[in-house]
Amino acid sequence: MIKEAINYLSSPLYSFTAFIVLFLLSLKRIDIVGTKKFGLGLLVFVLVVFGWMVTDPVFFSVISLPDNIPIIILNGLVFWSTWFALYKGHQNDLRIARGEQPIEGSPENREKVWAWPNLVYTELFCGILCTVFLIVWAIFFKAPLEEPANPTWAPNPAKAPWYFLGLQEMLVYFDPWMAGVVLPGLIVVGLIAIPFLDVNPKGNGYYTFKERKFAIASFLFGWLVLWIFLIQVGTFLRGPNWTFYGPFEYWDAHKVVAENNINLSEIMWIKLFNTSLPKNILVREIFGLIVVFGYLFGLLPLIMKKWGKNYIDRMGAVRYYIMIFLVLGMMSLPIKMYLRWFINLKYILAMPEFELNL
Amino acid sequence: MSDDAKTSLNRREFFSFLAVGWITFGAATAGFASLIFRFLYPNVVFEPAMDFLAGFPDDYPEGVDERWKNGFGVWIYKKDGRLVAMSNICTHLGCIPTWLPAESKFKCPCHGSGYYPNGINFEGPAPRPLERYKISLNPEGKIIVDKTKVFRYEKGEWNIDGAYIEV
Repeated sequence: MIKEAINYLSSPLYSFTAFIVLFLLSLKRIDIVGTKKFGLGLLVFVLVVFGWMVTDPVFFSVISLPDNIPIIILNGLVFWSTWFALYKGHQNDLRIARGEQPIEGSPENREKVWAWPNLVYTELFCGILCTVFLIVWAIFFKAPLEEPANPTWAPNPAKAPWYFLGLQEMLVYFDPWMAGVVLPGLIVVGLIAIPFLDVNPKGNGYYTFKERKFAIASFLFGWLVLWIFLIQVGTFLRGPNWTFYGPFEYWDAHKVVAENNINLSEIMWIKLFNTSLPKNILVREIFGLIVVFGYLFGLLPLIMKKWGKNYIDRMGAVRYYIMIFLVLGMMSLPIKMYLRWFINLKYILAMPEFELNL
Repeated sequence: MSDDAKTSLNRREFFSFLAVGWITFGAATAGFASLIFRFLYPNVVFEPAMDFLAGFPDDYPEGVDERWKNGFGVWIYKKDGRLVAMSNICTHLGCIPTWLPAESKFKCPCHGSGYYPNGINFEGPAPRPLERYKISLNPEGKIIVDKTKVFRYEKGEWNIDGAYIEV
């Protein structure tokens, strides 16, 4: 009964929405999240729930695949490092609110030590420990030896390496050009650009949350919601035919999910205007063009009005527009996902003649 | 005096040394690059032929036939008096869809694209239908499938001569 409810609620629409809400809530109530009590309580809660879930044979069979074990480890590490940073930030925010220095700025923490041997020794030991870990890993989880490669056959489900499963999940909602080239390119370029876009000196050398709310929130949104969470979905909740399966649901290759997806042009011309698709490709895709250009440029005045002045004064117009473009690019993913779930939208702009589909 | 002249270079000598150095370096690099380029083209390629004989049209039942899928990557589809050769490469990202007879559809294991038996895409992210290969009959009446020529639906090529044979 509970398991069925969990299966139902973990469908992408509900779990993604719930994750976004939880994410925003936890940033809103950083005074609760950033305490040791909360961190410990959440850890105990997660461990108890996980322990209960592991007793289910279907769930266990999925998580115990050698490819999926790194993701369990990854979850623990991401949970730990995110919470730790928020906790430290919250501690400093409290100190700053009391008019004190951040902990890192206190005299005993400003004392300097030599990189050699202090840092180099630590690095050496970390390197040795990582090597030992990898050797033990390689001994226990053997790489499978499969049949000779066959270009006319693909395993079902065909999954990317675990660190790319977020990308593969993204590809469900986008054309390969978008999700495979443009968006990953934007991620890489955007991450490289951050030090040049971000001219705010606050938070340099010490943890803080209050002073860097927007920067931390937007980074964590892209990292936790759009990357880590999608890896979870792609790993644990996608089975044969890339169909969605709940955590306790048997991977039945014949599960039928109705997902007739249609393009925006078809929705507008056929459903709304009751005519056939126009022959001219530009007329056919006129609505898609309007939506795409409206999203990229039409929203600017609105954004400017609400957040423009303050930011442009602080960071300059060019930095500001690049940042807005990157944010819009990032937000296009959740927007497209919701459009797919709500109105079965395949492509806003569909020009397969030119391999251009957005 | 003469020793000094030997140990120091004048401007002209310096440039000739520089030129020799660069030419040598350029030649070595070009040679290495050409070796790498040559390495990209293997001596022997174990690939199925791009065209093959696929038996007589009467050998095929109505609907999707999988006998050439493994090995040649072609589905033969017979319906309403037409016989076509379908590519088995998903138009989304090039995975190999699975034919699901029970559901009567092709379903891609990579991102969940689905196609009707005739190759029209209807679910998942696939932006266009499966491509079709050139198909014709030889004088004996056997089917020749030629994978070098592709017919795409969205370009209106499925009704061109060569995209199908009448049976």
